[in-house]
Amino acid sequence: MNKEKSTLVNIFHKNGRALGSMGYFILLMIVFLIGAPEAWMRPSLHQSVFVMLPTLIFLVIPLVFLVASGEIDLSFASTYAVAAYVFAIMVKSGIDPAIAILAGILTGAIIGALVGALIVVFRLSSLVASLGMLFLLRGVILLLTESRSITIMEIDTHWTYYTLVGNFYGFPMQIFWASLFVIYCYYLFSKHVFGIHIHHVGDNSVSAEQMGINVKAVKIKAFMFVGIGAAIGGIFTTLITYTFFPTQGFGYLLLALAAVFVGGTPYWGGLGTIVGAIFGVGIIAYMEIGIIAIGWSGTWRQFFNGLIILLALLGHRLHGERVR
Amino acid sequence: MEKIIELKNVTKRFGGITALNRASLHVNKGEVVGLIGDNGAGKSTLIKTLVGVYGPDEGEIAIRGKKVFNWTALKARESGIETVFQDRALCPQQSIVWNIFMGKELRYPFGFVREKEQVKEANRLIREIGFTSKLIDAESPVGNLSGGERQGVAIARAIYNNAELIILDEPTNALSLNETQKVFEFVNNVKKSNRSVLFIGHNIYHVYDISDRFVILDRGEVVHQLNKEEIQSPEELMKLMRDTIKKH
Repeated sequence: MNKEKSTLVNIFHKNGRALGSMGYFILLMIVFLIGAPEAWMRPSLHQSVFVMLPTLIFLVIPLVFLVASGEIDLSFASTYAVAAYVFAIMVKSGIDPAIAILAGILTGAIIGALVGALIVVFRLSSLVASLGMLFLLRGVILLLTESRSITIMEIDTHWTYYTLVGNFYGFPMQIFWASLFVIYCYYLFSKHVFGIHIHHVGDNSVSAEQMGINVKAVKIKAFMFVGIGAAIGGIFTTLITYTFFPTQGFGYLLLALAAVFVGGTPYWGGLGTIVGAIFGVGIIAYMEIGIIAIGWSGTWRQFFNGLIILLALLGHRLHGERVR
Repeated sequence: MEKIIELKNVTKRFGGITALNRASLHVNKGEVVGLIGDNGAGKSTLIKTLVGVYGPDEGEIAIRGKKVFNWTALKARESGIETVFQDRALCPQQSIVWNIFMGKELRYPFGFVREKEQVKEANRLIREIGFTSKLIDAESPVGNLSGGERQGVAIARAIYNNAELIILDEPTNALSLNETQKVFEFVNNVKKSNRSVLFIGHNIYHVYDISDRFVILDRGEVVHQLNKEEIQSPEELMKLMRDTIKKH
């Protein structure tokens, strides 16, 4: 009896942050369900969430790795557009979309590595340096495209379109890929040397270095991963909408960051939760749509976004201070 | 006698400060070397240079008689040198298991970690060291442990790999009498198995008791290297240390 109880307590203790995020998500769903039961039962509402959800997942999960490693990145919102631009322009010039996708992802990885190297090698503040990169990259995009969008309707008939964002008996394929990504990242974060080193580096980088972990390499890899995630997100969105537009991704900047922290990953490094982040994404994505569904004016959206973020953070305080 | 590690005329500077000045030191197989010196004598810098955390500005490092290049903390560990650092080098938010295997995880191909095996080994190590009376769950975070228990985790990490040389930087600091005794037992066991220990300490009595040879460091320079036969008592060692400090 006692043992059982302690196992339960243990499970709660170890997964408290993820369970907390799950709790907030369920609470939010209940509020919307009570507030607008009819709208909530309509599948079209959930379908529109499912368009946004995968993109957010590709952005947010790698950010959990980076935040757990003790750094932050804002430039991902622009990397997103740069990678999508590379993809769109290549498709437009007749290159096979499969190659264009790989090129786009590679672009994201390279930008991530550059941002990471800049921050790690020159010991810059990741917040400020990545803010600089955010504007710089967006500026490059605006200059290159002269603020014009690119439409790639021709992708419609290509196999990459069906496999990545097509409909499989009514099931959106992007959900499948995002789920696969989440499962992979879950194991990468908690069972793989890369994820474990991320934890050590974010927890105590001096200790990690003394134990022979290459702290700089781990951090640069985390930045690269964020770049790759952003690129995948950008390419998926471009595929879904058949359009690249130069301001693409900017709107996700704060939402993605909010999802990381609402999901229960603390800002101080050394801890993070993939499962929690999924619920964080769910909260943010449903928040955006739920307010409208419940019949409130869209002008309330930002207010409630802010309220939810603050309440979630206050709730996560229950999981305690940083242990030293 | 085989020299496990040797430092030859190593100099290390931090900005304008010379922390180590042409320091030389070696550890033979199966011996316990006591490194002593006042605060700021450069003991920790010497250790960190020895194990590749700092790169030396001048001089060379040799492992079993072979000169090494681009010496790093990882290479040191791969050559069978483990260190219990003064700050214990732990990550308090991570589990005991993850801390014990930090940087040297047991891996499957493609870098996934052998979790069950690690937990099993960690539990065995904790029991072996016996640093704690209560039953500790190897998966609970290090942050929940007391100072002595944390030291136990750091030592467990050092012994797991059957290191040939274990470096202990002020291992008895802030430990209870009982825990200090355990550290001594540990050092004696390592010696019995014909492996080596480099023991850094403030407390001359501690160092005197367990060392076969003494190295006295003062302001970044090795000023004395003595075998135990050349010294009659800890008091004599203490006097020697004081005299060198007075000379400045």
